[in-house]
Amino acid sequence: MADIVVKTEDVVKEYRMGSNILRALDGINIEIERGEYISLMGPSGSGKSTLFNMIGALDRPTEGQVYIDGQNMSQLSQKQIAAFRCHRVGYIFQSYNLLHVRSAHGNVTLPMIFAGISEKQRNEKAEKLLDMVGLGDRMYHLPDELSGGQRQRVAIARALANDPSIVLADEPTANLDTITGREIIDLIKRLNTEQGVTVISATHDLKMLDVSDRIVDIRDGLVERIRNRNEIEIEVGEVGGEGE
Amino acid sequence: MQQRTPIEEQIDLPFVESLRISFQSLKIRFGRSIITTAGITLGIAFLVSVWTNNEIGIALQESGRQSTINTFEETAEQGISTKDIWLIIMSLIVCVVGIANSMLMAVTERFREIGTMKCLGALDGFVVRLFLLESGFQGFSGALIGALIGTLGAVLLGLKDYGLDLFFYFPLLPANPEDGPMQLGVIIIILLGCILGMILAVIGSSFPAWRAAKLPPAEAMRTEV
Ligand SMILES: Nc1ncnc2c1ncn2[C@@H]1O[C@H](COP(=O)(O)OP(=O)(O)O)[C@@H](O)[C@H]1O
Ligand SMILES: [Mg+2]
Repeated sequence: MADIVVKTEDVVKEYRMGSNILRALDGINIEIERGEYISLMGPSGSGKSTLFNMIGALDRPTEGQVYIDGQNMSQLSQKQIAAFRCHRVGYIFQSYNLLHVRSAHGNVTLPMIFAGISEKQRNEKAEKLLDMVGLGDRMYHLPDELSGGQRQRVAIARALANDPSIVLADEPTANLDTITGREIIDLIKRLNTEQGVTVISATHDLKMLDVSDRIVDIRDGLVERIRNRNEIEIEVGEVGGEGE
Repeated sequence: MQQRTPIEEQIDLPFVESLRISFQSLKIRFGRSIITTAGITLGIAFLVSVWTNNEIGIALQESGRQSTINTFEETAEQGISTKDIWLIIMSLIVCVVGIANSMLMAVTERFREIGTMKCLGALDGFVVRLFLLESGFQGFSGALIGALIGTLGAVLLGLKDYGLDLFFYFPLLPANPEDGPMQLGVIIIILLGCILGMILAVIGSSFPAWRAAKLPPAEAMRTEV
């Protein structure tokens, strides 16, 4: 039996701007299995970030339900939602969203402070994670003293601080050059394969195609289609004209 | 089946942890903190100088000394004149508006940070507490500097008006001359200035901080200032 981690049921999100109502999500139904690497693809403005926010409990849907680990998110208390964000999900953003007043190390320890982990343990864990993302020698630098790629590595280390079962990434490579973007994708993919973390990534970066298990194409707030890995490979082959 | 444990409640952090985080933040944002604090310093300096100046005037009148530049109006009156009351009220208003404005700016430019902290598991109450601690500390230190500057200003003015006699009759401590108005004394005025600065800073930041903390993180992080 498939182990469903994320399930959305007719999720609608409307934004009210004055008298205008903008329907950013128009009834999204998806199921994501544990350990999958899912890419949400779609043009700018199609609703990827909005869906990202719904799945990550960063905002509430106007209608519909989001279930994580079988738990209906709309039934959680404030304190449960905070604990959910703290323990279950790691967030990675396009613009890194590091706290610029805290060093790389300080950024990685913050979620562990919120989780009530002892100082000694969180220092050890932060060092281990920053080593893992290749920033062992820059731990005490402030974000302003790091390059874009390095900042995103800090964000990844921070996202992993409390061993989340889901990593949500919203266009993690959009502000990076091709090579750095590739490195970040490989790093996220490694977490997925080595640690079994479920990865849900919004993107319009085609480099993400070949690491994804499934691709959810989003258009105008709707799921246009869902492609599996093998279908993707065929398409990539066709596009490349490399059919043997 | 893999983990399907129910979601527990987020813990409340111990107070020292908030204290530590807010001090780290103040230290690193030192330059910006100074600007915010300057608003408080100015307001309190103005208030304290007007007030102290007034008490010096009373103290020297009580002592029987005449200001070298006394006008008829001033000699005729006992204690605080309506003009002085006006000045004190005005300086209080300047103080309140200046501090509220500084705190509003300081919180607004940090919406994104607030959203990010909530993504990492911060409770709304923690965010508010962080801001109240930071602004309370800024308020107190800014007001202390302001009070000292204000006192210095009043002393210089007093020296100009009364010369060195000022120091013989300097109203340092509270006094209640039998036939005169109550005097608080400069020490109490400085203390009140500090407390006022702190309270105003805390009140000024509490509303925007509370509002920001209530926003869903997605909203807070969208805000660009
Ligand atoms: N907070 C908001 N208020 C108003 N409109 C919004 C808000 N967030 C997103 N939108 C609108 O919703 C639509 C979907 O946006 P978004 O989810 O950010 O798309 P994507 O991430 O795919 O580029 C866009 O038209 C965008 O302008
Ligand atoms: Mg987006």
